[in-house]
Amino acid sequence: MKDRPSFASEAITAEREASVKLGLLRRSPGLWLTLAIALVVGLYPALTGNVAVREVVFTMLLSVALASSLNILLGYTGYVSFGHVVFFGLGGYVGMFLLSRGMGLWLAAPAGGLASGVLAFLLGKAILRLRGAYFALATIGINEAMRAFINNFAPFGGPTGISLNFQIYTGYGGAGQALWLTYYVLLGLAIVSLVLSYLVKTSKFGLGLMAIREDEDAAEVMGVITPNAKTWAYILSAIIPGIVGALFFFKNGNIEPNDAFRLHFSIEMLVMVMLGGQGTVLGPMLGAAGYQGLRGFLVTSPLFKDVQLAVAGGLLLLIVLFIPAGAVGWLRQHFPRLRALLP
Amino acid sequence: MNLLASLVDGLLIGFVYGIAAMGLTLIWGVMNVINLAHGPLIALGMFGVYLITTALGVNPYIALILVALVGLASGVLIYAVAIQRVINAPHLSTLLATFAINMIIIGLGTKVFSTSPYTIDFSLGSISIGPITILGTRLVAALAAVIVTGSLYLFLYRTRPGKYVRAVANNRAAAELMGIPSSRILALSFGIGTLLAATAGGLIATFFPFTILAGGAYELKSFVIGVLGGLGNPLGALAGGLVLGMLEGVIPAFLPNTWVPVLEFLLFVLILLVRPSGLFGAKR
Repeated sequence: MKDRPSFASEAITAEREASVKLGLLRRSPGLWLTLAIALVVGLYPALTGNVAVREVVFTMLLSVALASSLNILLGYTGYVSFGHVVFFGLGGYVGMFLLSRGMGLWLAAPAGGLASGVLAFLLGKAILRLRGAYFALATIGINEAMRAFINNFAPFGGPTGISLNFQIYTGYGGAGQALWLTYYVLLGLAIVSLVLSYLVKTSKFGLGLMAIREDEDAAEVMGVITPNAKTWAYILSAIIPGIVGALFFFKNGNIEPNDAFRLHFSIEMLVMVMLGGQGTVLGPMLGAAGYQGLRGFLVTSPLFKDVQLAVAGGLLLLIVLFIPAGAVGWLRQHFPRLRALLP
Repeated sequence: MNLLASLVDGLLIGFVYGIAAMGLTLIWGVMNVINLAHGPLIALGMFGVYLITTALGVNPYIALILVALVGLASGVLIYAVAIQRVINAPHLSTLLATFAINMIIIGLGTKVFSTSPYTIDFSLGSISIGPITILGTRLVAALAAVIVTGSLYLFLYRTRPGKYVRAVANNRAAAELMGIPSSRILALSFGIGTLLAATAGGLIATFFPFTILAGGAYELKSFVIGVLGGLGNPLGALAGGLVLGMLEGVIPAFLPNTWVPVLEFLLFVLILLVRPSGLFGAKR
C-alpha cells in the first residue's frame, strides 16, 4: 500500500477543508465543472439533432454512468470488482422481462436497478469478506455463474434471451422518439452517477470507504463498521448499472446472455476508471468518454480498423506503464493547485 | 458404463486443464499477478503447433517442444516489456498491463487468423478397454501433462533456480537479501507460466478445433482450477484440473450439458468463500 498516493488525506485537505462554510457552488467548483462538461457534451446531439453523433455520445454516457458507479467500489473502497457487468446484465434482464410483460419503462428500468441492488446486498456480506485478488476472482465467478444460469433459465428465454415486440415503442411515440427518450434518460443517469460519486466522496461515509482502501484493519480500529460500509458501497455501485442495463436493452430491443454478461465489457469498465484516474469524480468520466471516443476512432479509421484492438492495447500498456495514476490522478499529483477543480 | 467412459475422458482432459492452470497459478504465487493474457497465450500455443505442423510437416509433439521454448522466451519478453515496471504498483496496474497484452495478442491474432476455427489433421487412433474407448491423442496429452508436472516439480524442488523461484514466492525481500537476483527470477517464472500455457494450448489443439478466441474459456477454467487447488500452489493445480475434468465428465450424466458451467462457477465461488486456500492448500 505504501506506493499509493494518499488520496484520503488529500481528500480531507482539498475538499473538506473548503467545504465547511462556503455555499454549494463555491465549495465544489470541480463538481460544477464536471457536470458542465457532461451537460455540454450530452446536449450537443440534442441541439444539432444529429442521430449519428447521438449514438456516439450514447455509448460514452453509458460508459460514464457505469465507470462512475464502479469507481465507488473500485476507486474509493479499493475493491476490484472484475465482474461488475453482472449488475448491468441482471438489470437488463429484469427490465426486459417486465417490459415484455407489458410494464412501462418508468417502472421496468428502476426495477432493474432494484434487482441489481438486491443482488449486491445479498452478495455483499458474503464476498466482501474476501480481499484483494480473491474478491476479484469471486466477482468473475459470480458473473460467469449468472451467465451460465440465465442460459438455462426458461422464463428469461434461455440462450435466445428476450426480444421486445416492435409495437412496444409506439407507446413512447414511435421508435425514433423512443431512442431520444432513452438518450435523455441516460444523460440524466450519467449526471446522477457523477453527483452520487461526488456526494459519496465528500461525505463521512466516503471518508470511511477511503480509510478502508488505505488500510482496512486500521479503518476498523478507528471505528468504521467495515462490513456495512463495504456492502453499502457495493449496493451504491450496483444500482445505476442495473437501471442503465434495462435502458440499454430496451433501446437494443433484445437481450441475450452473452451480450448481457460479457466479461470483456467488465474489464473495459475497469480500464476506463483506471485511464481517467481511480478514486476521483472527474476521472471515470474522462476515462469512459476518452476510451469510447478512441475506440470509435480506431474502428472507423481505415488505417487501424483491422488492428484496432491491438492499437488500443498498445496505448493502454503505455498509459499503465507511464501514467499509472490515470489522467486526473496525474494532473492532481503534478498541479496541486488544480485539485479543487479536479474532484 | 457410459458414465465410466465419460469419467475417463474427463480425467484425461483434466490433466491438460491442470497444466494450463499451473501456469496461471505459478505466476500468481510467485509475483501476485493475475495474468489476464493467459487465455490468448494458450491460443497462441494452439496456433504455434498448428503453424509448425502444417508448414514443416513435422509431428505435432515435436512442434510442441518448439512452442514450449518459444513460450518461455516470449514470457520473459512480456515480463520485461509490460510487467517489470509495474510489479510493485498496486494490484490493478499489473491486471491492466496483462489485459493490454491480451488485447494486443487478440487484435493481431484476429487480423492474421480471423476468428474462424482451425483443426490440426492428426490422429493416433484409439484404444479400447472393455466399454471404454480412449483417443490416442488424449492419452498422450495426459501423459505429456504428467511429464510436464513432474519436470516442474523437479525444477522447483531439486534445482537451484527452482529453489530461487520458491524463495522469491515466499518472501521477495528476504530472497533479495540472500543475494537472489529476484528480478531475473520473476522473469523466469513468468516465462515458465507462459510455457505452461502454450504447452496446454498445443496439447488441446491436437484433439479439439480452436480459434484465436478459444483461450478465454480455458483461462476461466484455469481460474476455477487455480482456486480449487489453492492459488499459488502449482502442484495443487493438477489435482484441481483432475477434479474439474471429472466434474465435466460426470455432470452431463445427470443434468443437461449447459448446466456444467453453472455448477462449476458456483463451486468456484463457494470454495472462495468457505475455503479460500483451496482444497489442497494455497501458498501462504
